[in-house]
Amino acid sequence: MSQRKRSKGLGCSQMTDGEVDCIPTQVERHSQDQVNQKVNELVQFLLVKDQKKIPIKRTDILKNVIWEYKNAYSEIVKKADKILQEVFGLQLVEIDSKRHIYILVNKLLHAEGQHLCRGKEKEKMGLLLVILSFIFMKGNSVKDSTLWEFLHLLRVYPGRQHSVFGDVRKLVTEEFVPGGHPHPLTEPPEFKFQWGPRAEKETSKKDVLNFVAKMQGKEPAFWASQYSEANQGTA
Amino acid sequence: MAAHMTNAHRRFLQVLMSNRITEGSEARKLHQHCCETDKVYYAHDKLDDFISTINSHLQPLFMQIRKGISEDDGRAHYAVVNLAETEVTKMASDYTEMELELFRKTMDLIILSENGFASSTDILNLADQLKTKKMKKKEAEQVLKVFVEDKWLSEKNGEYTLHTRCIIEMEQYILSYYQDLAKKCNLCHSLAIQSQVCESCGIGMHLPCARKYFRGQTEPRCPKCNEFWSCDTPGVNRMGSQT
Ligand SMILES: [Zn+2]
Ligand SMILES: [Zn+2]
Repeated sequence: MSQRKRSKGLGCSQMTDGEVDCIPTQVERHSQDQVNQKVNELVQFLLVKDQKKIPIKRTDILKNVIWEYKNAYSEIVKKADKILQEVFGLQLVEIDSKRHIYILVNKLLHAEGQHLCRGKEKEKMGLLLVILSFIFMKGNSVKDSTLWEFLHLLRVYPGRQHSVFGDVRKLVTEEFVPGGHPHPLTEPPEFKFQWGPRAEKETSKKDVLNFVAKMQGKEPAFWASQYSEANQGTA
Repeated sequence: MAAHMTNAHRRFLQVLMSNRITEGSEARKLHQHCCETDKVYYAHDKLDDFISTINSHLQPLFMQIRKGISEDDGRAHYAVVNLAETEVTKMASDYTEMELELFRKTMDLIILSENGFASSTDILNLADQLKTKKMKKKEAEQVLKVFVEDKWLSEKNGEYTLHTRCIIEMEQYILSYYQDLAKKCNLCHSLAIQSQVCESCGIGMHLPCARKYFRGQTEPRCPKCNEFWSCDTPGVNRMGSQT
């Protein structure tokens, strides 16, 4: 119970299971107490990121929390996930297995929305409209992490079966944004979403802007550059 | 010994965390809602037990649901506090170095003030003296607005004080950092930011505490020196920021 708070690195005075270690080596085994302390730090780290709805990269976990405990990485992550589930009702989910990006998803069912909605297509179109609006208002292209973050805010989690939308990642990448061209940016490679050819055909920027304006209770002309762009299309 | 957590506990904790700060009556409603949603035992007078179950599971993580009293109206509030971060660093991930410096200086002004308030003019005058980087007044105004939105500060007629959330989360830090400069309430012995101060002996009291203490007394007298209590304490009217 007497864990020390956040210790950056191992000091000489710190005991590791009865032995005093001045120069920790990579292969050093860590005591259970130390591992547990890292687990607690990781839980806090993940909660902070989740509060801000920032997807979490594995490299950030390594850099900010795990440090010299790399050899215990999977043990620490597993234990942190267990605590998140048992205490907070949250689950650590990898949403991008290539770049190792995680988010926390809520395991508790919401009082409503447990059953499948009949107007499933309608709901899907609603989500699509929201996504297209987001891309348009953000200047016609967004990084995929930005889009996932935004959806996370709406409690739509790409890593998990949604009761209405099913596999949201698949829905978005394979159904919604068929023209979601991958754009390699600076390292690490990021992908961008923009309106695909189908979206260009089936909806108009003008309609989308009108939708946004209605949601925000403003005139479409409030967004000057979007307004002129939207009206160019119809001219 | 520690009772086990149910989904009702988890749900309650989740909402409390996303609220940042939750007023007492809201917390009681939430308690009922969570127990009903997850179909677990509910008793309206068992909120404290419910919370202490959660706290026993938060303790190894150096976290805690803490109860604090609003200095304005004496109502209870709850917040989830991270005890591992004792400094303003709990704000570090949300703000820039420059914004944090402005916050620290604002906190100095508030804590060292007579009545627990700092005027916006005084705060804005600090903006171009920041060591990190000078800040324009316009910028500083914007930053103050964000601190109010995020519930670190609260504002009344251009005067700023610490929000109840800030006091709940930072009480330990403030008491250890400011030591004797931080006033404590003579009645409840916790940190007092906005307080009434005895003109003769200098002890301070929270307004809600003083109100309770003087209730029914015709001539309010200081609980320590027994001199006449010159501040105007009524439930009637708050004295915000005269003098
Ligand atoms: Zn008091
Ligand atoms: Zn006195």
